[in-house]
Amino acid sequence: MTTLKTKQALPADGQPASASANGATRARHTPLVPSAGARRLWLTLLGWGIALIIFFPILWMVLTGFKTEAEAIADPSLIFSPTLESYIAVQARADYFKFAMNSVVVAFGSTLLALAIAIPSAYAMAFLPTKRTKGTLLWMLSTKMLPPVGVLVPIYLLFRDFGLLDTRTGLIIVYTLMNLPIVVWMLYTFFKDLPRDILEAGRMDGASTFQEVIYLLLPLTLPGIASTGLLSVILSWNEAFWSLNLTSSSAAPLTAYIASFSSPEGLFWAKLSAASTMAIAPILVFGWLTQKQMVRGLTFGAVK
Amino acid sequence: MSKTRASGRTVGGLRSLSLQAPAVTLLLLWMLVPLGMTVWFSLQRYNLLMPGMEGFAGLEDYEYLFTDPALWRAMGNTLLLVGSVLVITVGGGVLLAVLFQQEFPGRGIARVLAISPFFVMPTVSALVWKNMMMHPSNGVLSWVAGVFGLPAVDWFSSLPLTSIVIIVAWQWLPFALLILLTAMQSLDDDQVEAARMDGAGPIAVFFYITLPHLKRAISVVIMIEMIFLLTIFAEIYVTTSGGPGLATTNLAFLIYIQALLDFDVGLASAGGVVAIVLANIVAIFLVRLVAKNLEN
Repeated sequence: MTTLKTKQALPADGQPASASANGATRARHTPLVPSAGARRLWLTLLGWGIALIIFFPILWMVLTGFKTEAEAIADPSLIFSPTLESYIAVQARADYFKFAMNSVVVAFGSTLLALAIAIPSAYAMAFLPTKRTKGTLLWMLSTKMLPPVGVLVPIYLLFRDFGLLDTRTGLIIVYTLMNLPIVVWMLYTFFKDLPRDILEAGRMDGASTFQEVIYLLLPLTLPGIASTGLLSVILSWNEAFWSLNLTSSSAAPLTAYIASFSSPEGLFWAKLSAASTMAIAPILVFGWLTQKQMVRGLTFGAVK
Repeated sequence: MSKTRASGRTVGGLRSLSLQAPAVTLLLLWMLVPLGMTVWFSLQRYNLLMPGMEGFAGLEDYEYLFTDPALWRAMGNTLLLVGSVLVITVGGGVLLAVLFQQEFPGRGIARVLAISPFFVMPTVSALVWKNMMMHPSNGVLSWVAGVFGLPAVDWFSSLPLTSIVIIVAWQWLPFALLILLTAMQSLDDDQVEAARMDGAGPIAVFFYITLPHLKRAISVVIMIEMIFLLTIFAEIYVTTSGGPGLATTNLAFLIYIQALLDFDVGLASAGGVVAIVLANIVAIFLVRLVAKNLEN
């Protein structure tokens, strides 16, 4: 049906197409496009050129991390003798590890907590749907629409009153709640893809709900759960609104550490680059691994 | 077990409800408590630096906020920032998605490189751009300008908002590309082939097949980006701190200044309410779109 529609639509308004009569198309096609080889060459050049331009700032940052401070601010050059000076200098500042540790604890802590809260919920939505399930899912999505600045003041004051300012616990709480809707949605879509017969069979064999979840559901959907977890880790790791506003020193993660380089006296490009490279490298790799699932999570399943 | 089946819905419904309870309760608290507090504070005279002055202020905070030129400047900047980034990322994203859908050697790696900026934390990308790319004397851009005999641009003082737009667009173009590429993969090859047979050139295929197919993905990209872009913060915080003057102060940054630098809780909360209203206008459309998808 759709094919038919486009067929009809094309000759009507498609100027470039209507120029060639149906029969002649094939014959004319070949000379118009010089040759498959040349087209491929141009595509390759264009594709790689654009990809490299987009990637350039990251590449440049990684390279600068291996330069000396003097080389870092000199005229841009690809030729230099790589040195680990900056990495050693950054490592020597013991506080780098403190920030990195905070990032790891907060990102993984909030992810595990979110998964633990979301798995029962997603299970219920996928396998025991009620009339309200759809509404609940959409309502969860709508909580993501509350802009963080809108609630900055009360969260800040609550955190101050409960002694949560500048604590890892505080950040873990915020990130868990921030990512919970996405985690529930992603798990829900993965659980729904699981053939119901499998769980049915387990139930026939007398498995309890708990056994059903532990022995059947979790192992079968492990790849999905893992990519959900990775997405949550990525989002928490890179989060830079709450971390900049709710932490100052003892619980500050890498986002805040890197932000401290923005002060004029802290402008050491090579060290900034080395620290930044270490801060983004693991997440970049995670991101490459989970691109596809990420689309699912970030668009709440609206694009597959 | 048999009980569940025999009495049907209610028992199953109860079990379903109890399993969902933790997530639902927590999210409900996370939404309602701060939201209620923001609205409440916005009606108060409440400045942390002036204890003893607290009291009900009615709409005083809003009145002050709406007569303050800073709010309108910040709103304008917010809309300009969101608008420009959307145009760049959606337009660029569609073109790049078409490009990266074509077959060429090393396409997989080129794709991965092109979507990478999305995974870089905002503070890192802002600092890398500020120092290594856009620095007026030692930055790569000024070096490139020099090679072509052009004068170097002092990005953050002469084109502050444009600089922020460039940085933010660099981060979000890969997002648009990622989503649109995924959507492209469900494009029916037979349909394209059939159109080609009928003599459709690449441009006709793009406008009559590809673009309509991407329509829904594009609207998802627009709405999700809008929600994030309305509250851009870290990029401004580490580069310009809202300046020079108010040139790069958006709504998020204005609220931050009022709350955490001026300690005016009442006024900042009124700003927060404005931000929430803005975001919700966008959100309604997004939720509808996703809801439609849930039905199939």
